[in-house]
Amino acid sequence: MQWETVIGLEIHAQLATKSKIFSASSTDFGAEPNTQANAVDLGMPGVLPVLNREAVHMAIKFALATDADIGYRSVFARKNYFYPDLPKGYQISQMSLPIVGRGSVDVTLDDGAVKKVGLTRAHLEEDAGKSVHDAWQGQTGVDLNRAGTPLLEIVSEPDMRSAKEAVAYARKIHSIVRYIEICDGNMQEGSFRCDANVSVRLSGEKEFGTRAEIKNVNSFRFLERAINFEVERQIDILESGGEVIQETRLYDADKDETRSMRSKEEANDYRYFPDPDLLPVVVEQSLVEQLKQTLPELPEARKARLMQELKLPEYDAAVITADKATADFFESALDASGCTAKLASTWVTGELFSRLNKDGLDLSESPVDVERFSGLLARMHDNTISGKIAKQVLDQMWGSGSTADEVIDQEGLRQISDSSEIEKMIDDVIATNPSQVEEYRAGKEKLLAYFVGQVMKASRGKANPGQLNELLKQKLNS
Amino acid sequence: MAVDEKTVAEVAHLARLQIDGELVSEYAREMSNVLALAETMNDIDTSDVEPMAHPTHAVQRLRDDAVTETNQREAFQQCAPSVEAGYYLVPQVIE
Repeated sequence: MQWETVIGLEIHAQLATKSKIFSASSTDFGAEPNTQANAVDLGMPGVLPVLNREAVHMAIKFALATDADIGYRSVFARKNYFYPDLPKGYQISQMSLPIVGRGSVDVTLDDGAVKKVGLTRAHLEEDAGKSVHDAWQGQTGVDLNRAGTPLLEIVSEPDMRSAKEAVAYARKIHSIVRYIEICDGNMQEGSFRCDANVSVRLSGEKEFGTRAEIKNVNSFRFLERAINFEVERQIDILESGGEVIQETRLYDADKDETRSMRSKEEANDYRYFPDPDLLPVVVEQSLVEQLKQTLPELPEARKARLMQELKLPEYDAAVITADKATADFFESALDASGCTAKLASTWVTGELFSRLNKDGLDLSESPVDVERFSGLLARMHDNTISGKIAKQVLDQMWGSGSTADEVIDQEGLRQISDSSEIEKMIDDVIATNPSQVEEYRAGKEKLLAYFVGQVMKASRGKANPGQLNELLKQKLNS
Repeated sequence: MAVDEKTVAEVAHLARLQIDGELVSEYAREMSNVLALAETMNDIDTSDVEPMAHPTHAVQRLRDDAVTETNQREAFQQCAPSVEAGYYLVPQVIE
């Protein structure tokens, strides 16, 4: 039997406002418990929510960036359920009139194909607090600092057909919200959370199968693994004649499995109704026009521009533009150094990123800033140093705060491009390796690499590689 | 639409209300009456009427994104039955 997987994602992006969606408490992460929870966040009697303008603006920017319909009149609703970290007994959300309607994003898949994924809607809502279950015997601790933090819940159509497609889509949304600076995208801190609705059906079947919703996935890697596990589980059930039940399942990264959390039939009677504490939100066309002006160049457009203007290969352009900070770094380094786009791209995504990864650092925390990095690229571009020496220079810049020029001068690493000096080294190598010279001249041309190595060694890596190759061939063939 | 005893029990559970068993049938009858009253509205053609989310025609006012609240944890926690290390403690809940 041939099975087809159907996936839709619900992404909660925490909006990067300073204050909460309905109160003037801070949204900073990591504060002492309950020090950023005021009377509104605690659900005290008699308080009224007042909507944060910035949260509305951010939602509209998202609509503009995803070609989505704007809800010019949207309404907040109460979603009712009981849980200790939701002190009011309801979450303020949006139901029938969300602020963002239908939209779509283009997602580039592994094979280079572009797939359009539909967005059903995106709505504003408040986050709940956090419960701590394991610190007290028989009791649960509640921290309400997160309660009232603004979220944009982004709901996709069930358009994805594999875990890989789902991850590509999630990465795309992640990239967009970071580009337009409405969310910091930090998955570890829970600022960007993905829930996946997963079902399987026989190929060719029109109806969707019964779906399970997977929660608690805090990285793209886990998202892919959780979906793959869930697909296998559902296929096993169906192939052995069983039935998939609609439920919420938690992903356990340690065991790499999903586990039933609660059956949805009973729990999902949320009895939504319009929140009488909040009036309808009306968005003026003039505001939309104004926000449109503030949008930066988006990843797709930037990628296309880098490919067209700079002739960057598609892969390089995609890697560089996936993250706005990377793209900004790349373009600044390119401008400041005057080097070729390919050199800048190779060094940003290769040498720079591998060092950042190794040290577990973000680009914004890089020990070598864009100015010093440009200095290094410039010295490679003008042939002061070779790529090989440049790696050594970068290592020393990493730990020191020195510029590339300072390291090159201190260590005497300037490339030798004086042909007489290189010729002299070649002559020495030829003189001390008579038997290899004989073999080479007898036709063993592979030995050229050996001679290049010897001369490089003699120059302590500083000989200009192009010149060296040319001069060496001349001398050996003469 | 009539509300039966099963529905009363379900709604009570969702609202976390404890209802005396002998009162269930009474509540079912009373709730059915309320709904019957509301059902007269179904006789009116409302196809041209825009759904109303709020009785006034005003629109939501927005506030600037500024943090003006200070930490009042101590004051708030005075009315909590149990707190520790800054957390509110409640009977254990496990999903």
